[in-house]
Amino acid sequence: MRKKGLLYILLSLAALTMIVPLLWMISTSLKSNQYILKMPPRIIPEEPTLDSYKQLFDLFPMLRMLFNSITVAVVVVGGQIITSLMAAYAFARMRFKGREFLFLIFIATMMVPFQVTITPLFITMRYFGWLNTYLGLIIPTLHTAFGTFQLRQALLTIPKELEESAFMDGANHFLVFSRIIVPLAKPAIATLCVLAFMSSWNSFLWPLIVTRSEEMMTLPVGLSALHGRYETKWNMVMSGSVVSIIPIVIVFIFSQRYFVQGISRSGIKD
Amino acid sequence: MVGENRIKKSFWVLFFILPAFTGLVLFTIIPIISSFVLTLFRWDLISEIQFAGLSNFRKLILDEKFWNALKHTVSFVIGYIPFVMVTGLFVALLMNGKIKGKGAFRTAFFIPVVSSWIAVALLWTWLFNPKFGLINYILALIGIAGPAWLYDPNWAMTAVIMTSVWKDTGFVMMLFLAGLQDIPQSLLEAASIDGATTVKRFFRITIPMLSPTIFFVMIVTMINSFQVFDQVWVMTEGGPAGSTSVLVEQVYKNAFRYYNMGYASTISLVLFLIILLITAVQIQGQKKWVHYA
Repeated sequence: MRKKGLLYILLSLAALTMIVPLLWMISTSLKSNQYILKMPPRIIPEEPTLDSYKQLFDLFPMLRMLFNSITVAVVVVGGQIITSLMAAYAFARMRFKGREFLFLIFIATMMVPFQVTITPLFITMRYFGWLNTYLGLIIPTLHTAFGTFQLRQALLTIPKELEESAFMDGANHFLVFSRIIVPLAKPAIATLCVLAFMSSWNSFLWPLIVTRSEEMMTLPVGLSALHGRYETKWNMVMSGSVVSIIPIVIVFIFSQRYFVQGISRSGIKD
Repeated sequence: MVGENRIKKSFWVLFFILPAFTGLVLFTIIPIISSFVLTLFRWDLISEIQFAGLSNFRKLILDEKFWNALKHTVSFVIGYIPFVMVTGLFVALLMNGKIKGKGAFRTAFFIPVVSSWIAVALLWTWLFNPKFGLINYILALIGIAGPAWLYDPNWAMTAVIMTSVWKDTGFVMMLFLAGLQDIPQSLLEAASIDGATTVKRFFRITIPMLSPTIFFVMIVTMINSFQVFDQVWVMTEGGPAGSTSVLVEQVYKNAFRYYNMGYASTISLVLFLIILLITAVQIQGQKKWVHYA
Protein backbone atom coordinates (compact mmCIF):
# COMPACT_ATOMS: atom_id res chain seq x y z
CA MET A 1 0.00 0.00 0.00
CA ARG A 2 2.84 2.37 0.87
CA LYS A 3 4.36 1.53 -2.47
CA LYS A 4 1.20 2.54 -4.26
CA GLY A 5 1.24 5.86 -2.43
CA LEU A 6 4.80 6.59 -3.48
CA LEU A 7 3.85 5.73 -7.06
CA TYR A 8 1.08 8.30 -7.06
CA ILE A 9 3.33 10.93 -5.49
CA LEU A 10 6.01 10.42 -8.15
CA LEU A 11 3.45 10.34 -10.93
CA SER A 12 1.83 13.54 -9.71
CA LEU A 13 5.18 15.29 -9.46
CA ALA A 14 6.02 14.25 -13.01
CA ALA A 15 2.62 15.40 -14.24
CA LEU A 16 3.03 18.71 -12.42
CA THR A 17 6.31 19.28 -14.24
CA MET A 18 4.29 19.05 -17.43
CA ILE A 19 1.30 21.06 -16.27
CA VAL A 20 2.88 23.98 -14.40
CA PRO A 21 4.63 25.47 -17.47
CA LEU A 22 1.36 25.18 -19.41
CA LEU A 23 -0.52 26.91 -16.59
CA TRP A 24 2.13 29.60 -16.63
CA MET A 25 1.46 30.07 -20.34
CA ILE A 26 -2.25 30.53 -19.71
CA SER A 27 -1.63 32.68 -16.65
CA THR A 28 0.71 35.04 -18.52
CA SER A 29 -1.79 35.33 -21.35
CA LEU A 30 -4.42 36.55 -18.89
CA LYS A 31 -2.27 39.31 -17.42
CA SER A 32 -2.43 42.93 -18.46
CA ASN A 33 0.74 44.71 -19.56
CA GLN A 34 1.48 46.19 -16.13
CA TYR A 35 1.53 42.80 -14.44
CA ILE A 36 3.64 40.67 -16.80
CA LEU A 37 6.99 41.85 -15.54
CA LYS A 38 5.92 42.24 -11.94
CA MET A 39 7.99 40.46 -9.34
CA PRO A 40 7.32 38.18 -7.56
CA PRO A 41 5.49 36.41 -10.39
CA ARG A 42 1.98 35.20 -9.59
CA ILE A 43 0.54 32.10 -11.16
CA ILE A 44 -2.99 33.36 -10.51
CA PRO A 45 -3.24 36.77 -12.21
CA GLU A 46 -4.28 39.66 -9.98
CA GLU A 47 -6.77 41.10 -12.43
CA PRO A 48 -7.25 38.48 -15.11
CA THR A 49 -8.17 39.99 -18.45
CA LEU A 50 -8.54 38.92 -22.06
CA ASP A 51 -6.90 42.16 -23.25
CA SER A 52 -3.87 40.42 -24.67
CA TYR A 53 -6.10 38.17 -26.78
CA LYS A 54 -7.94 41.22 -28.04
CA GLN A 55 -4.66 42.95 -28.86
CA LEU A 56 -3.43 39.82 -30.55
CA PHE A 57 -6.38 39.77 -32.94
CA ASP A 58 -6.44 43.57 -33.36
CA LEU A 59 -2.76 44.33 -33.93
CA PHE A 60 -1.76 41.10 -35.60
CA PRO A 61 -3.34 39.16 -38.50
CA MET A 62 -4.08 36.32 -36.10
CA LEU A 63 -7.46 35.44 -37.60
CA ARG A 64 -5.94 35.19 -41.05
CA MET A 65 -3.18 32.94 -39.73
CA LEU A 66 -5.70 30.70 -38.02
CA PHE A 67 -7.58 30.51 -41.30
CA ASN A 68 -4.35 29.69 -43.17
CA SER A 69 -3.41 26.95 -40.73
CA ILE A 70 -6.86 25.39 -40.84
CA THR A 71 -7.10 25.57 -44.64
CA VAL A 72 -3.66 24.11 -45.16
CA ALA A 73 -4.20 21.35 -42.58
CA VAL A 74 -7.59 20.32 -43.95
CA VAL A 75 -6.46 20.24 -47.58
CA VAL A 76 -3.18 18.52 -46.77
CA VAL A 77 -4.80 15.86 -44.58
CA GLY A 78 -7.48 15.20 -47.20
CA GLY A 79 -4.91 15.10 -49.99
CA GLN A 80 -2.52 12.85 -48.12
CA ILE A 81 -5.28 10.41 -47.23
CA ILE A 82 -6.52 10.19 -50.83
CA THR A 83 -3.11 9.86 -52.49
CA SER A 84 -1.68 7.41 -49.97
CA LEU A 85 -4.83 5.33 -49.74
CA MET A 86 -4.92 4.93 -53.51
CA ALA A 87 -1.25 4.04 -53.74
CA ALA A 88 -1.61 1.68 -50.77
CA TYR A 89 -4.46 -0.05 -52.60
CA ALA A 90 -2.28 -0.64 -55.64
CA PHE A 91 0.62 -1.88 -53.54
CA ALA A 92 -1.46 -4.14 -51.31
CA ARG A 93 -4.28 -5.38 -53.52
CA MET A 94 -3.04 -5.38 -57.13
CA ARG A 95 -0.35 -7.40 -58.84
CA PHE A 96 1.73 -5.67 -61.45
CA LYS A 97 5.23 -5.64 -62.82
CA GLY A 98 7.69 -3.49 -60.87
CA ARG A 99 5.48 -3.32 -57.81
CA GLU A 100 8.19 -4.31 -55.34
CA PHE A 101 10.69 -1.95 -56.91
CA LEU A 102 8.28 0.98 -56.87
CA PHE A 103 7.39 0.27 -53.26
CA LEU A 104 11.07 0.18 -52.38
CA ILE A 105 11.43 3.68 -53.83
CA PHE A 106 8.64 4.92 -51.58
CA ILE A 107 10.34 3.36 -48.55
CA ALA A 108 13.77 4.67 -49.50
CA THR A 109 12.59 8.28 -49.57
CA MET A 110 11.52 7.94 -45.94
CA MET A 111 15.16 7.65 -44.96
CA VAL A 112 16.10 11.00 -46.46
CA PRO A 113 15.57 13.88 -44.05
CA PHE A 114 13.20 16.55 -45.36
CA GLN A 115 15.86 19.23 -44.83
CA VAL A 116 17.87 17.77 -47.72
CA THR A 117 15.12 18.77 -50.14
CA ILE A 118 14.45 22.33 -48.97
CA THR A 119 16.92 24.16 -51.21
CA PRO A 120 15.78 22.60 -54.51
CA LEU A 121 12.17 22.71 -53.34
CA PHE A 122 12.46 26.44 -52.71
CA ILE A 123 14.01 26.95 -56.14
CA THR A 124 11.16 24.94 -57.71
CA MET A 125 8.52 26.99 -55.90
CA ARG A 126 10.21 30.18 -57.03
CA TYR A 127 10.27 28.91 -60.62
CA PHE A 128 6.55 28.04 -60.49
CA GLY A 129 5.79 31.41 -58.88
CA TRP A 130 4.36 29.61 -55.87
CA LEU A 131 6.34 31.42 -53.18
CA ASN A 132 4.07 33.04 -50.63
CA THR A 133 0.96 31.27 -51.97
CA TYR A 134 -1.34 28.51 -50.74
CA LEU A 135 -0.16 26.39 -53.63
CA GLY A 136 3.39 26.57 -52.31
CA LEU A 137 2.27 25.74 -48.79
CA ILE A 138 0.07 22.83 -49.86
CA ILE A 139 1.08 21.11 -53.10
CA PRO A 140 4.55 19.84 -52.07
CA THR A 141 3.07 18.14 -49.00
CA LEU A 142 0.10 16.34 -50.57
CA HIS A 143 1.90 13.01 -50.79
CA THR A 144 3.34 10.93 -47.99
CA ALA A 145 5.56 7.89 -48.26
CA PHE A 146 5.08 7.23 -44.57
CA GLY A 147 1.30 7.24 -44.91
CA THR A 148 1.42 5.06 -48.01
CA PHE A 149 3.52 2.56 -46.10
CA GLN A 150 1.26 2.56 -43.05
CA LEU A 151 -1.92 2.16 -45.08
CA ARG A 152 -0.41 -0.57 -47.23
CA GLN A 153 0.36 -2.56 -44.09
CA ALA A 154 -3.25 -2.11 -43.00
CA LEU A 155 -4.73 -3.07 -46.38
CA LEU A 156 -2.62 -6.23 -46.51
CA THR A 157 -4.57 -7.65 -43.59
CA ILE A 158 -7.95 -7.52 -45.39
CA PRO A 159 -9.01 -11.00 -46.63
CA LYS A 160 -9.06 -11.53 -50.40
CA GLU A 161 -12.47 -13.28 -50.56
CA LEU A 162 -14.40 -10.05 -50.07
CA GLU A 163 -13.23 -8.38 -53.22
CA GLU A 164 -13.12 -11.59 -55.26
CA SER A 165 -16.88 -12.01 -55.13
CA ALA A 166 -17.31 -8.34 -56.00
CA PHE A 167 -15.09 -8.74 -59.08
CA MET A 168 -17.13 -11.82 -60.03
CA ASP A 169 -20.22 -9.64 -59.97
CA GLY A 170 -18.53 -7.30 -62.41
CA ALA A 171 -17.31 -4.55 -60.11
CA ASN A 172 -14.25 -2.58 -61.23
CA HIS A 173 -11.26 -1.59 -59.11
CA PHE A 174 -12.66 1.77 -58.21
CA LEU A 175 -15.86 0.24 -56.84
CA VAL A 176 -13.96 -2.38 -54.88
CA PHE A 177 -11.63 0.30 -53.54
CA SER A 178 -14.31 2.73 -52.48
CA ARG A 179 -17.04 0.30 -51.37
CA ILE A 180 -15.08 -2.56 -49.81
CA ILE A 181 -11.50 -1.68 -49.00
CA VAL A 182 -11.84 1.90 -47.72
CA PRO A 183 -14.64 1.11 -45.24
CA LEU A 184 -12.59 -1.76 -43.84
CA ALA A 185 -9.50 0.43 -43.44
CA LYS A 186 -11.24 3.09 -41.35
CA PRO A 187 -9.16 2.69 -38.16
CA ALA A 188 -5.90 2.96 -40.09
CA ILE A 189 -7.24 5.97 -41.97
CA ALA A 190 -8.25 7.65 -38.71
CA THR A 191 -4.79 7.08 -37.27
CA LEU A 192 -3.14 8.59 -40.33
CA CYS A 193 -5.62 11.47 -40.22
CA VAL A 194 -4.66 12.58 -36.73
CA LEU A 195 -0.92 12.16 -37.36
CA ALA A 196 -1.15 14.10 -40.62
CA PHE A 197 -3.20 16.82 -38.97
CA MET A 198 -0.71 17.20 -36.14
CA SER A 199 2.19 17.24 -38.52
CA SER A 200 0.61 19.89 -40.75
CA TRP A 201 -0.70 22.01 -37.89
CA ASN A 202 2.71 22.12 -36.21
CA SER A 203 4.84 22.26 -39.35
CA PHE A 204 7.37 25.10 -39.18
CA LEU A 205 10.36 24.78 -41.50
CA TRP A 206 8.51 24.56 -44.82
CA PRO A 207 5.98 27.37 -44.11
CA LEU A 208 8.89 29.45 -42.81
CA ILE A 209 10.67 29.02 -46.13
CA VAL A 210 7.76 29.39 -48.49
CA THR A 211 5.86 32.31 -46.91
CA ARG A 212 6.96 35.93 -46.88
CA SER A 213 4.08 38.16 -45.84
CA GLU A 214 2.22 37.79 -42.56
CA GLU A 215 -1.02 37.32 -44.51
CA MET A 216 0.24 34.00 -45.86
CA MET A 217 1.85 32.64 -42.70
CA THR A 218 0.53 29.65 -40.83
CA LEU A 219 0.28 29.87 -37.03
CA PRO A 220 3.72 28.54 -36.05
CA VAL A 221 5.52 30.91 -38.43
CA GLY A 222 3.19 33.71 -37.41
CA LEU A 223 3.94 33.08 -33.74
CA SER A 224 7.66 33.34 -34.30
CA ALA A 225 7.06 36.60 -36.21
CA LEU A 226 4.87 37.81 -33.34
CA HIS A 227 7.68 37.10 -30.93
CA GLY A 228 10.07 39.04 -33.16
CA ARG A 229 7.73 42.03 -33.30
CA TYR A 230 6.50 42.18 -29.70
CA GLU A 231 9.46 40.68 -27.93
CA THR A 232 8.67 41.91 -24.45
CA LYS A 233 4.88 41.60 -24.67
CA TRP A 234 4.87 38.15 -23.18
CA ASN A 235 1.13 38.22 -22.51
CA MET A 236 0.49 38.59 -26.25
CA VAL A 237 3.08 35.99 -27.20
CA MET A 238 1.62 33.52 -24.70
CA SER A 239 -1.96 34.16 -25.79
CA GLY A 240 -0.82 33.42 -29.35
CA SER A 241 0.69 30.19 -28.11
CA VAL A 242 -2.50 29.26 -26.28
CA VAL A 243 -4.53 29.91 -29.43
CA SER A 244 -2.22 27.69 -31.47
CA ILE A 245 -2.31 24.84 -28.95
CA ILE A 246 -6.06 24.67 -28.26
CA PRO A 247 -7.17 23.10 -31.59
CA ILE A 248 -4.57 20.35 -31.53
CA VAL A 249 -5.25 19.55 -27.87
CA ILE A 250 -8.97 19.26 -28.64
CA VAL A 251 -8.23 16.95 -31.55
CA PHE A 252 -5.98 14.94 -29.25
CA ILE A 253 -8.51 14.59 -26.47
CA PHE A 254 -11.18 13.33 -28.84
CA SER A 255 -8.96 10.89 -30.68
CA GLN A 256 -6.39 9.79 -28.08
CA ARG A 257 -6.65 6.18 -29.13
CA TYR A 258 -5.48 6.93 -32.67
CA PHE A 259 -2.69 9.24 -31.53
CA VAL A 260 -1.36 6.65 -29.13
CA GLN A 261 -1.58 3.84 -31.68
CA GLY A 262 -0.04 5.86 -34.47
CA ILE A 263 2.82 7.25 -32.45
CA SER A 264 3.76 4.16 -30.50
CA ARG A 265 3.70 1.98 -33.60
CA SER A 266 5.64 4.18 -35.93
CA GLY A 267 7.84 6.22 -33.64
CA ILE A 268 6.90 9.26 -35.70
CA LYS A 269 5.73 12.38 -34.00
CA ASP A 270 6.04 15.17 -36.54
CA MET B 1 -9.45 -9.95 -75.10
CA VAL B 2 -6.19 -10.53 -73.23
CA GLY B 3 -4.71 -7.37 -74.69
CA GLU B 4 -7.73 -5.37 -73.71
CA ASN B 5 -7.52 -6.73 -70.18
CA ARG B 6 -3.92 -5.77 -69.94
CA ILE B 7 -4.61 -2.20 -71.00
CA LYS B 8 -7.44 -2.06 -68.51
CA LYS B 9 -5.18 -3.33 -65.76
CA SER B 10 -2.42 -0.86 -66.58
CA PHE B 11 -5.00 1.89 -66.52
CA TRP B 12 -6.10 0.95 -63.03
CA VAL B 13 -2.54 0.60 -61.72
CA LEU B 14 -1.69 4.04 -63.04
CA PHE B 15 -4.95 5.45 -61.75
CA PHE B 16 -4.15 4.38 -58.19
CA ILE B 17 -0.40 4.95 -58.17
CA LEU B 18 -0.02 8.20 -60.08
CA PRO B 19 -1.40 10.74 -57.60
CA ALA B 20 1.05 9.73 -54.87
CA PHE B 21 3.85 8.89 -57.24
CA THR B 22 3.71 12.21 -59.11
CA GLY B 23 3.99 14.08 -55.83
CA LEU B 24 6.78 11.86 -54.66
CA VAL B 25 8.78 12.31 -57.85
CA LEU B 26 8.24 16.06 -58.24
CA PHE B 27 8.54 17.15 -54.63
CA THR B 28 10.73 14.53 -52.99
CA ILE B 29 12.80 12.46 -55.42
CA ILE B 30 13.79 15.20 -57.88
CA PRO B 31 14.64 17.62 -55.03
CA ILE B 32 16.79 14.96 -53.34
CA ILE B 33 18.74 14.34 -56.52
CA SER B 34 18.95 18.06 -57.29
CA SER B 35 20.25 18.70 -53.81
CA PHE B 36 23.13 16.30 -54.40
CA VAL B 37 23.83 17.87 -57.81
CA LEU B 38 23.67 21.37 -56.33
CA THR B 39 26.63 20.60 -54.07
CA LEU B 40 28.77 20.95 -57.21
CA PHE B 41 27.43 24.41 -58.06
CA ARG B 42 27.51 27.94 -56.84
CA TRP B 43 24.24 29.86 -57.08
CA ASP B 44 22.80 32.91 -55.34
CA LEU B 45 19.50 32.71 -57.30
CA ILE B 46 20.28 36.04 -59.01
CA SER B 47 23.37 35.56 -61.15
CA GLU B 48 23.94 32.63 -63.50
CA ILE B 49 24.36 29.27 -61.86
CA GLN B 50 28.06 28.34 -61.87
CA PHE B 51 29.78 24.98 -61.85
CA ALA B 52 32.02 25.01 -58.80
CA GLY B 53 33.60 21.56 -58.82
CA LEU B 54 34.45 20.50 -55.31
CA SER B 55 34.87 24.00 -53.97
CA ASN B 56 31.79 23.70 -51.74
CA PHE B 57 33.42 20.70 -50.08
CA ARG B 58 36.69 22.57 -49.68
CA LYS B 59 34.73 25.38 -48.07
CA LEU B 60 32.97 22.89 -45.81
CA ILE B 61 36.24 21.52 -44.49
CA LEU B 62 37.56 25.00 -43.76
CA ASP B 63 34.30 26.46 -42.48
CA GLU B 64 34.51 27.02 -38.75
CA LYS B 65 30.77 27.72 -38.58
CA PHE B 66 30.01 24.31 -40.03
CA TRP B 67 32.29 22.48 -37.59
CA ASN B 68 30.88 24.53 -34.76
CA ALA B 69 27.34 23.58 -35.82
CA LEU B 70 28.28 19.91 -36.13
CA LYS B 71 29.90 19.99 -32.71
CA HIS B 72 26.87 21.58 -31.09
CA THR B 73 24.47 19.26 -32.88
CA VAL B 74 26.41 16.34 -31.43
CA SER B 75 26.42 17.87 -27.97
CA PHE B 76 22.66 18.38 -28.26
CA VAL B 77 22.25 14.72 -29.22
CA ILE B 78 24.53 13.53 -26.42
CA GLY B 79 22.84 15.70 -23.81
CA TYR B 80 19.29 15.10 -24.98
CA ILE B 81 19.08 11.36 -25.67
CA PRO B 82 20.15 9.83 -22.32
CA PHE B 83 18.16 12.50 -20.50
CA VAL B 84 14.91 11.98 -22.43
CA MET B 85 15.28 8.19 -22.37
CA VAL B 86 15.60 8.18 -18.60
CA THR B 87 12.67 10.52 -18.02
CA GLY B 88 10.56 8.71 -20.64
CA LEU B 89 11.31 5.28 -19.19
CA PHE B 90 10.75 6.52 -15.66
CA VAL B 91 7.31 7.88 -16.47
CA ALA B 92 6.47 4.78 -18.53
CA LEU B 93 7.31 2.53 -15.57
CA LEU B 94 5.07 4.63 -13.34
CA MET B 95 2.27 4.48 -15.88
CA ASN B 96 2.60 0.75 -16.57
CA GLY B 97 0.03 -0.87 -14.35
CA LYS B 98 -3.34 -0.24 -12.84
CA ILE B 99 -3.55 3.44 -12.07
CA LYS B 100 -6.47 5.62 -11.19
CA GLY B 101 -6.79 8.57 -13.54
CA LYS B 102 -4.49 7.09 -16.15
CA GLY B 103 -6.20 9.01 -18.91
CA ALA B 104 -5.66 12.32 -17.16
CA PHE B 105 -1.98 11.57 -16.53
CA ARG B 106 -1.52 10.50 -20.11
CA THR B 107 -3.10 13.72 -21.32
CA ALA B 108 -0.75 15.73 -19.11
CA PHE B 109 2.32 14.01 -20.54
CA PHE B 110 1.00 14.25 -24.05
CA ILE B 111 -0.04 17.87 -24.37
CA PRO B 112 3.58 18.98 -24.88
CA VAL B 113 4.04 16.25 -27.49
CA VAL B 114 1.11 17.34 -29.65
CA SER B 115 1.76 21.07 -29.23
CA SER B 116 3.72 22.92 -31.85
CA TRP B 117 7.42 23.33 -31.22
CA ILE B 118 7.02 27.06 -31.68
CA ALA B 119 4.50 27.47 -28.87
CA VAL B 120 6.62 25.31 -26.58
CA ALA B 121 9.85 27.11 -27.47
CA LEU B 122 8.23 30.51 -26.85
CA LEU B 123 6.87 29.33 -23.52
CA TRP B 124 10.32 28.17 -22.40
CA THR B 125 12.02 31.29 -23.69
CA TRP B 126 9.71 33.12 -21.32
CA LEU B 127 10.30 30.65 -18.47
CA PHE B 128 14.06 30.97 -18.97
CA ASN B 129 13.93 34.78 -18.99
CA PRO B 130 16.84 35.73 -16.69
CA LYS B 131 15.09 38.57 -14.90
CA PHE B 132 11.36 37.86 -15.00
CA GLY B 133 11.25 34.13 -15.77
CA LEU B 134 9.68 31.59 -13.47
CA ILE B 135 12.76 29.35 -13.43
CA ASN B 136 15.20 31.87 -12.07
CA TYR B 137 12.56 33.05 -9.63
CA ILE B 138 12.18 29.53 -8.23
CA LEU B 139 15.97 29.08 -8.16
CA ALA B 140 16.26 32.34 -6.24
CA LEU B 141 13.75 31.06 -3.69
CA ILE B 142 16.12 28.22 -2.83
CA GLY B 143 19.08 30.55 -2.82
CA ILE B 144 20.53 29.93 -6.27
CA ALA B 145 21.36 32.80 -8.59
CA GLY B 146 20.22 31.38 -11.92
CA PRO B 147 22.32 32.00 -15.04
CA ALA B 148 21.20 34.15 -17.98
CA TRP B 149 20.26 30.87 -19.74
CA LEU B 150 19.57 31.67 -23.41
CA TYR B 151 21.82 34.75 -23.21
CA ASP B 152 24.74 32.82 -21.74
CA PRO B 153 26.87 30.76 -24.18
CA ASN B 154 27.61 28.29 -21.38
CA TRP B 155 23.98 27.66 -20.58
CA ALA B 156 21.99 28.21 -23.78
CA MET B 157 22.37 24.64 -25.06
CA THR B 158 21.42 23.24 -21.66
CA ALA B 159 18.24 25.29 -21.77
CA VAL B 160 17.44 24.03 -25.28
CA ILE B 161 18.04 20.44 -24.16
CA MET B 162 15.86 20.84 -21.06
CA THR B 163 13.06 22.25 -23.19
CA SER B 164 13.36 19.38 -25.66
CA VAL B 165 13.30 16.79 -22.89
CA TRP B 166 10.20 18.40 -21.42
CA LYS B 167 8.43 18.28 -24.77
CA ASP B 168 9.44 14.76 -25.77
CA THR B 169 9.21 12.84 -22.48
CA GLY B 170 5.60 11.89 -23.23
CA PHE B 171 6.57 10.72 -26.69
CA VAL B 172 9.35 8.47 -25.39
CA MET B 173 7.03 7.29 -22.60
CA MET B 174 4.54 6.15 -25.23
CA LEU B 175 7.17 4.10 -27.06
CA PHE B 176 8.36 2.50 -23.81
CA LEU B 177 4.82 1.75 -22.68
CA ALA B 178 4.24 -0.19 -25.89
CA GLY B 179 7.42 -2.18 -25.14
CA LEU B 180 6.58 -2.75 -21.49
CA GLN B 181 3.22 -4.21 -22.45
CA ASP B 182 5.02 -6.98 -24.32
CA ILE B 183 6.81 -8.21 -21.19
CA PRO B 184 4.84 -11.16 -19.84
CA GLN B 185 3.52 -10.31 -16.39
CA SER B 186 3.96 -13.95 -15.34
CA LEU B 187 7.74 -13.57 -15.62
CA LEU B 188 7.83 -10.70 -13.14
CA GLU B 189 5.42 -12.46 -10.82
CA ALA B 190 7.50 -15.64 -10.84
CA ALA B 191 10.62 -13.67 -9.96
CA SER B 192 8.70 -11.91 -7.24
CA ILE B 193 7.65 -15.24 -5.73
CA ASP B 194 11.27 -16.40 -5.86
CA GLY B 195 12.11 -13.40 -3.71
CA ALA B 196 13.64 -11.02 -6.25
CA THR B 197 13.50 -7.38 -5.13
CA THR B 198 11.97 -4.64 -7.25
CA VAL B 199 15.42 -3.37 -8.19
CA LYS B 200 16.62 -6.83 -9.12
CA ARG B 201 13.53 -7.53 -11.19
CA PHE B 202 14.00 -4.22 -12.98
CA PHE B 203 17.62 -4.88 -13.97
CA ARG B 204 17.36 -8.66 -14.53
CA ILE B 205 14.01 -8.88 -16.28
CA THR B 206 12.53 -5.55 -17.35
CA ILE B 207 15.66 -4.01 -18.89
CA PRO B 208 16.77 -7.11 -20.84
CA MET B 209 13.23 -7.76 -22.06
CA LEU B 210 12.96 -4.11 -23.02
CA SER B 211 16.22 -4.00 -24.96
CA PRO B 212 14.58 -4.07 -28.41
CA THR B 213 12.47 -1.08 -27.42
CA ILE B 214 15.46 0.72 -25.92
CA PHE B 215 17.31 0.23 -29.18
CA PHE B 216 14.31 1.41 -31.21
CA VAL B 217 13.81 4.51 -29.06
CA MET B 218 17.50 5.35 -29.29
CA ILE B 219 17.45 5.17 -33.08
CA VAL B 220 14.25 7.17 -33.42
CA THR B 221 15.34 9.90 -31.02
CA MET B 222 18.76 10.04 -32.63
CA ILE B 223 17.31 10.52 -36.12
CA ASN B 224 14.98 13.21 -34.79
CA SER B 225 17.59 15.01 -32.76
CA PHE B 226 20.16 15.34 -35.52
CA GLN B 227 17.47 17.28 -37.36
CA VAL B 228 16.91 19.67 -34.44
CA PHE B 229 15.88 23.10 -35.69
CA ASP B 230 12.51 24.59 -34.62
CA GLN B 231 13.30 25.10 -30.95
CA VAL B 232 16.78 26.43 -31.67
CA TRP B 233 15.44 28.83 -34.26
CA VAL B 234 12.85 30.31 -31.93
CA MET B 235 14.88 30.29 -28.72
CA THR B 236 18.31 31.47 -29.89
CA GLU B 237 18.65 31.45 -33.71
CA GLY B 238 21.87 29.55 -33.03
CA GLY B 239 23.33 32.09 -30.61
CA PRO B 240 24.63 33.45 -28.37
CA ALA B 241 28.06 33.40 -30.01
CA GLY B 242 27.12 30.30 -32.01
CA SER B 243 26.72 28.23 -28.85
CA THR B 244 23.49 26.61 -30.04
CA SER B 245 24.25 26.60 -33.74
CA VAL B 246 23.10 23.31 -35.34
CA LEU B 247 23.31 21.71 -38.79
CA VAL B 248 19.81 22.53 -40.04
CA GLU B 249 20.15 26.10 -38.80
CA GLN B 250 23.30 26.39 -40.92
CA VAL B 251 21.47 24.89 -43.92
CA TYR B 252 18.68 27.42 -43.44
CA LYS B 253 20.97 30.40 -42.99
CA ASN B 254 23.18 29.56 -45.93
CA ALA B 255 20.20 29.00 -48.21
CA PHE B 256 17.81 31.74 -47.14
CA ARG B 257 19.98 34.38 -45.50
CA TYR B 258 23.21 34.25 -47.51
CA TYR B 259 21.68 32.68 -50.65
CA ASN B 260 24.44 30.11 -51.02
CA MET B 261 22.22 27.42 -52.51
CA GLY B 262 25.08 25.07 -53.40
CA TYR B 263 26.76 25.35 -50.04
CA ALA B 264 23.49 24.89 -48.14
CA SER B 265 22.96 21.66 -50.07
CA THR B 266 26.47 20.56 -49.16
CA ILE B 267 25.72 20.90 -45.45
CA SER B 268 22.41 19.08 -45.89
CA LEU B 269 24.35 16.27 -47.54
CA VAL B 270 26.33 15.85 -44.31
CA LEU B 271 23.06 15.59 -42.42
CA PHE B 272 21.84 13.02 -44.93
CA LEU B 273 24.99 10.91 -44.47
CA ILE B 274 24.63 10.98 -40.68
CA ILE B 275 20.99 9.84 -40.88
CA LEU B 276 21.95 7.18 -43.43
CA LEU B 277 24.60 5.85 -41.05
CA ILE B 278 22.12 5.68 -38.17
CA THR B 279 19.62 3.91 -40.42
CA ALA B 280 22.28 1.39 -41.43
CA VAL B 281 23.01 0.72 -37.77
CA GLN B 282 19.29 0.29 -37.19
CA ILE B 283 18.93 -2.25 -39.99
CA GLN B 284 21.96 -4.20 -38.74
CA GLY B 285 20.70 -4.11 -35.18
CA GLN B 286 17.25 -5.28 -36.20
CA LYS B 287 18.73 -8.24 -38.03
CA LYS B 288 20.86 -9.24 -35.10
CA TRP B 289 18.84 -9.18 -31.97
CA VAL B 290 15.72 -7.17 -32.18
CA HIS B 291 12.20 -8.44 -32.62
CA TYR B 292 9.32 -6.13 -33.33
CA ALA B 293 5.66 -6.55 -32.69
